[in-house]
Amino acid sequence: MIDVLLSAFERPAPPAAQPETGFFTDTTLCIGCKACEVACKQWNQLPADGFHWTGNSYDNTSMLSDTSWRHVAFVEQFDSGAHANRWLMMSDVCKHCAQAPCEEACPTGSILYNEFGNVYVQQDICNGCGYCVAACPFGVLDRNRSDGRAHKCTLCYDRQKDGMQPACAKACPTASIQFGPIEELRERAKARVEQLHARGEGDAYLYGAEPAGEYSALNSFFLLKDQPSVYNLPDAPRRPSAHLKTNYLVSFATAIGLAVASAMLLAAGDRSDADGG
Amino acid sequence: MPGLGTSFGRGAATGYQQDLQNSDCILIMGSNMAEAHPVGFRFPIKARERGAKLIHVDPHFTRTSAMCSQYVPIRAGSDIAFLGGLINYVLENERWFREYVLAYTNAATLVSDQFVDTDELDGLFGGFDAAKRDYDPERKGWHYQDEPSTPKTQTPPEIKVESFSERLGFIQNPQPPSDPSLADPRCVMNILRSHYKRYTPEMVASICGCTQQEFLEVAEAVCQNSGRERTTAIVYAVGWTQHSTGVQIIRAAGILQLLLGNMGRPGGGIMAMRGHASIQGSTDVPTLYDLLPGYIPQPAAIRNHNSLREYLEQEQVPHGYWANFHKFMVSLLKAWYGTAATAENEWGYQWVPRIDDNYSQLPTFMRMADGKVKGLFLFGQNPAGGAPNAGINRKALRNLDWLVVRDWFEIESACFWYKGPEHPDPGTVKTEVFFIPAAASSEKQGSFTNTQRLLQWHDKAIDPPQDCRSDLWFVYHLGKRLKQLYAGSKELRDQGLLNLTWNYEYRQPEILPGGARSRIHGEPDAERVLREINGYTVADGKLVSGFSDLKEDGSTACGCWIYSGVFPEEGRNRARQRKRTPGNLTEPEWGFAWPHNRRMLYNRASADPEGNPWSDRKKYIWWDEKLRKWTGLDEPDFEPDKPPSYRPPPGSTGMASIAGDSPFIMKPDGKGWLYAPAGTKDGPLPTHYEPVESPVRNLLYSQQENPMVERYGDLMNPIADLLDPRYPVVATTARLTEHYLSGPMSRFNSWLNELQPEMFIELSPELAAERNIQHGSWMVAWNCRAAIEGKAMVTRRLRPLTVDGRTLHQIAIPFHWGFAGETVGSIANDLTSVVADPNVSMHEAKAFTCEVRAGRLEDTRTDPPLPMAAWPTRERAPDTPDSNQPEGQVL
Repeated sequence: MIDVLLSAFERPAPPAAQPETGFFTDTTLCIGCKACEVACKQWNQLPADGFHWTGNSYDNTSMLSDTSWRHVAFVEQFDSGAHANRWLMMSDVCKHCAQAPCEEACPTGSILYNEFGNVYVQQDICNGCGYCVAACPFGVLDRNRSDGRAHKCTLCYDRQKDGMQPACAKACPTASIQFGPIEELRERAKARVEQLHARGEGDAYLYGAEPAGEYSALNSFFLLKDQPSVYNLPDAPRRPSAHLKTNYLVSFATAIGLAVASAMLLAAGDRSDADGG
Repeated sequence: MPGLGTSFGRGAATGYQQDLQNSDCILIMGSNMAEAHPVGFRFPIKARERGAKLIHVDPHFTRTSAMCSQYVPIRAGSDIAFLGGLINYVLENERWFREYVLAYTNAATLVSDQFVDTDELDGLFGGFDAAKRDYDPERKGWHYQDEPSTPKTQTPPEIKVESFSERLGFIQNPQPPSDPSLADPRCVMNILRSHYKRYTPEMVASICGCTQQEFLEVAEAVCQNSGRERTTAIVYAVGWTQHSTGVQIIRAAGILQLLLGNMGRPGGGIMAMRGHASIQGSTDVPTLYDLLPGYIPQPAAIRNHNSLREYLEQEQVPHGYWANFHKFMVSLLKAWYGTAATAENEWGYQWVPRIDDNYSQLPTFMRMADGKVKGLFLFGQNPAGGAPNAGINRKALRNLDWLVVRDWFEIESACFWYKGPEHPDPGTVKTEVFFIPAAASSEKQGSFTNTQRLLQWHDKAIDPPQDCRSDLWFVYHLGKRLKQLYAGSKELRDQGLLNLTWNYEYRQPEILPGGARSRIHGEPDAERVLREINGYTVADGKLVSGFSDLKEDGSTACGCWIYSGVFPEEGRNRARQRKRTPGNLTEPEWGFAWPHNRRMLYNRASADPEGNPWSDRKKYIWWDEKLRKWTGLDEPDFEPDKPPSYRPPPGSTGMASIAGDSPFIMKPDGKGWLYAPAGTKDGPLPTHYEPVESPVRNLLYSQQENPMVERYGDLMNPIADLLDPRYPVVATTARLTEHYLSGPMSRFNSWLNELQPEMFIELSPELAAERNIQHGSWMVAWNCRAAIEGKAMVTRRLRPLTVDGRTLHQIAIPFHWGFAGETVGSIANDLTSVVADPNVSMHEAKAFTCEVRAGRLEDTRTDPPLPMAAWPTRERAPDTPDSNQPEGQVL
């Protein structure tokens, strides 16, 4: 009897760790067909975001959101000097950061790393506080208006558990979106950059394949042909927790400073009263 | 597709898409492959990653251009000038593949002394009758030398029903005189040289609007990537076919590929990308008015087709594979009429309807607009939005007595009577519309025949909902009821219907994949239809193994001879095969390709005349001297044991008349046709004519447009005057990945609508500045037929061209919108006209003229879009715990 009662407080054993997985999105192979966006919505049964023609090239979904977990960016670069006549396309997605600010910011433990090393939001635990939305430097997470909770790409956790690849990678006709064990992807990506360099495409480089500055490596990383900001990615993403120590110190110092200043002001006020009395 | 048929023998893509990855260079022209065929486009990308050069020549910089190594902008409708320039470049610089051309093409064949080229007649070939606006009906002056000229028919020239032999490019003498030294000025090679002499790089640049450098870079690339070691492929789609010169554009590509030696070889060929999932299938087992299944000609009332014997004699083709045609015809009649077909009643030949005029889509809708057509069935087609001059098509639909629309949604062609830009008064529209819901592909079984002639079977996953039924169910039960209505009739005209074999229902109850019984009553078994298409021996019902088993004595039945072999024995539906063959791109056990599972046509040409591969790098099919047979990676498109040294004895017929080094077995002489002595109505050689509507004079000849162009007179189908100053802008219709055709399958789907939610028109910043049009604001495009509006997409993907020394603007108009659906917008096809190619009656939607301005239409009434469907459905996945429901369900 006691065992039964106690078992309610026992944590089940977590699923056995699997090789870490991720995405390698090679933008030089992207034909902008948006099959990834539709496959994602269909598999996850996400509603359309509404019909808004933006006039921004062929991009009418504009950004990642709580109901758009893949988003294809279109960048027209014509007759603009060095990069004449090209139309860049990039399928954006959650970066599944190796050290994810959203996971660090989540106060409930809803956001965790699952057995595949993917950043996953547990919907039955999320309380909708929105800290993760502010913490993500890529603007990936968003709260849903109807349920109030945070939603983003799950890297098709459910499909992976059944040994399938994520819907977007499956639908991609040109292998621009590649899914697999992250170490293998990083090797493949490096070789791909070398191949492109050998072909004379010296502007190809990897974004997020390795830690950079204060930011960790991304388990969903990209091969780009121009500055990250051209694709609406931060040139140097910021990880809020990297600034904790400094911020605490600054806050603490500010608090002390303010306390001292207040005390001095109060003391001065007393004096003036006495003087003016 | 007579463009390919006249050149090579069969009107179908010559290779398969996977083979594009073997190309060293791919010229994509008249196709927006990345947007219209994104899945197949993986293979050009693979070729690019292996080092191939990808070239896109197009009026409009698209997602295809973005993926290519070179993009060349040209003026819409100038394709023959560009291709003619390439042909001239190859000839002038002696870059043609000499051994290939001499052995496999008609380059050395001598042409009649009567032949007069366009050079002399300023754009016309010899034999043109200006009063009749037609060439001499027998095209005598175009023939080979010594071609016996015995007219077999007295077809009145105004009747558009050509004979089968004309269609095939029939010649009586399979070994016409030739001069292998190519010295004779009447040999095809020299005629070709003089015909294309004026297509110089300067002229190409001046007509097309590209620069000479751009053109020369393309010319060098295709030459450098052709020959023994390398191959170039050409990809086209409706950007070539939808022109008044469409067939000749494809012919020009055929000439280029033959000269460069790229036909029948890996990484070469001409890939015709089709506009729909099973368009190839709908010409094989045709929905066309003038063909029976397997490209057998429809008997015609105006030809001497009174008896089966006369029909077969008249349409007989003595040389090449078509010599077997009578076997296919008799087997077809046996398949249709079963035991009722006997030798005494000519196997039921008299029950087959005869045609007496052009009943293709355009003239039929013109007649309908005149009230001469009473009823219409539409299966998955949307002429109210998707047909050229859609306005006249809507008028035609409003003139019907009744209309049956079978579709998933209430498309434009089902709601034209109360919606649309004319704002019709429903009270005055007499058409009675029956809208009948159709099943989706996953809700029925059947096969698709794709662009590469590949039949792929799909099983039924679930029953269609509610009253939705498969098209097969509908047609089958319609047929049964009609048979009942006419039962007992003694009229000759009813006997065909009454004697039709019509029994396709499941022998056992239909079982769904989950094991449950289907709830649909009387669903026909599509595999029974496929078995009849494959053919069987009449006596025992045993399936035949292929078309070589077919007989002319009525002992075999076969519904479509080219598909024969798809179901060669009980329990073996080869269209259903899904076995991969690693290491062999042809994947011979994935689906079934007609004919006889050959993935690449004319593949005998992948070996040299002696039967050895041209090079190790490009080996494909070769002659194995030890085994005494052809072998290699694919089914040989040749008699498997005919040695390369075989020479036809004099007077031989059928396949015996095809030599062992003649790869084009469907042509009477076994050769690829650089010059077409028959088979095309508007000339033996492609010649540049301007589109019917063009702001530019023909710079090559004073003959402005195709002299044979089909016109349809109607007040609602006016055509701009020659060089009409009111319409200086060239327009082309365009395709977006996110939508499908005129939108019936995509504009009712919110996941697709959010990706491209509104009608827009693409134009260059220069044109926008001239007309004071702001990016993102409204604009109007109009011509003498209609005016449409859309948002202005001002982009450098369109650029002004310099044509004949002056600036010319082009716009691109997506043709996906209409007045039904969750997103609505103007119909691009309201601007296009009903003028057509004379060979195939294909309209000219890819080049016409218009004018643009800022602002909106004067008539501001618009049809409201449908509310966004509650989608996803919010139905929880059955038998699935909460934790495993789709992520979106928890929102």
